[in-house]
Amino acid sequence: MGAGHAHPLYRDGDSWVHRLPAEVKIVALVVFVLAVVATPRELFWPFAVYAVIMMVTWWAAQIPLRWVLPRMLIEAPFVVLAVLLPFAEGGEQVRVAGVSLSVTGLYAAWGIVVKGTLGVAASLTVAATTNARELPLALSRLRVPAVIVSMLTLMIRYIDVLGAEIRRMRLARVSRGDSPRMLHQIGATAAGVGALFLRSYERGERVYLAMLSRGFDGRVPPLAMGAGSAAAASSRQWVLALLPAVAAVAVSLSAWVLR
Amino acid sequence: MSVPAVRVEDLHYTYPDGHIALAGVHLDVAPGERVALLGPNGAGKTTLMLHLNGVLTAGRGSVAIGGTAIARDTLREIRRRVGLVFQDPDDQLFMPTLAQDVAFGPANFGVRGAELQARVAHALAVVSLTELADRSPAHMSGGQRRRAALATVLACEPEVLVLDEPSANLDPVARRELAETLSGLDATMLIVTHDLPYAAQLCSRAIVMDGGQIVADGPIGEVLSDADLLAAHRLELPWGFTVPVR
Repeated sequence: MGAGHAHPLYRDGDSWVHRLPAEVKIVALVVFVLAVVATPRELFWPFAVYAVIMMVTWWAAQIPLRWVLPRMLIEAPFVVLAVLLPFAEGGEQVRVAGVSLSVTGLYAAWGIVVKGTLGVAASLTVAATTNARELPLALSRLRVPAVIVSMLTLMIRYIDVLGAEIRRMRLARVSRGDSPRMLHQIGATAAGVGALFLRSYERGERVYLAMLSRGFDGRVPPLAMGAGSAAAASSRQWVLALLPAVAAVAVSLSAWVLR
Repeated sequence: MSVPAVRVEDLHYTYPDGHIALAGVHLDVAPGERVALLGPNGAGKTTLMLHLNGVLTAGRGSVAIGGTAIARDTLREIRRRVGLVFQDPDDQLFMPTLAQDVAFGPANFGVRGAELQARVAHALAVVSLTELADRSPAHMSGGQRRRAALATVLACEPEVLVLDEPSANLDPVARRELAETLSGLDATMLIVTHDLPYAAQLCSRAIVMDGGQIVADGPIGEVLSDADLLAAHRLELPWGFTVPVR
């Protein structure tokens, strides 16, 4: 573990959240996000409770705020979109500091920002505590079709190979005087993308031949994926991991009842 | 004479684009023999290699491994008995971790549980990569990746091991380490290579292919000493290298 070979969003650690099997965390994430999305946006208190749930999870996973917050900037483009809504929507208007804002637009913006933020926060938590190599086995345990699992497995493996190939091709272009930032040289970049596609296609053929040579018959054997990874989740782990998600569902339901 | 480990008879193969890659190859390899397969680029070496485990199907002629002819119903058995190590380890290593990749082959052939774990552990020990079992192949050096690719094939416990350019792109130490690993193995071995000193170090017999046919076959010392033969088929010994006398 932790030899610098995980995805960039992974934060190495040994908390009990890290030790949970990935399939449990995926289910917990989906349930939590659905609960958040289903919460009526006219209320404010449920979202405060969700934020507290996230904070507790981060504490349990030993993820400091200064690690999470910069990575949450990924949602910035959506925030920009949300900011425009109060100006664009029609209906009932309020005046704030001399500017007329739409009430439904304000609620819509608030809903997008708060639900998006919570969704990103929850996803980052799973990403930070789950190594990419656990994903294929976790997805197959969740009965995701084998074809999709193998595609994901291959993607995880070859994204680095492709990245290295792109860097080498770019270096070779730049050393011959190409400046990829100049618009008039976009042709070279485009040809590079085409060459990369062909190379990847040919590599795909070779990988398939190599797999065929080791008895591949269309599905990745589960035991091969399981070698060296965590055992399937115990019921205690399911309960533990689903606690935040179940709490979120309870909050969402009571929000609807109390509304 | 005992049953040959590999028997190729009158093998012909034409690629779909009409390029004739093999034009009547005859070859017998005895069990435990280590044979170097030499020849210029485009001689048909890789095509022959892909026929040995039935990835390509013969246009005409036949291939038999340990007396079992390659046919549709023996394909699985043949692939278990013939291990192919490809030239680019990135083509061979595709699972997220090395241990998972090494387990892939034997698991496909029905090995399960404790035996699978033992196979993985043994294969990794043979190539001295035990401590990298949980690493991603993407984060290994070229030499480690080459040995990792070998381990993924060794875990299937093949009787015949076919290696495509095993020494390509390796630094001198990695090259020597791989040679030491290979010479410790008992399997029948076919080594496709342009690296003539490497062939001389590992093999006792050499086959020269050109134009889809075998043009020379003999003890490696004799083949490599025949300067005219080498020159006629775009092969040459590196500067300063003399074939050692066995």
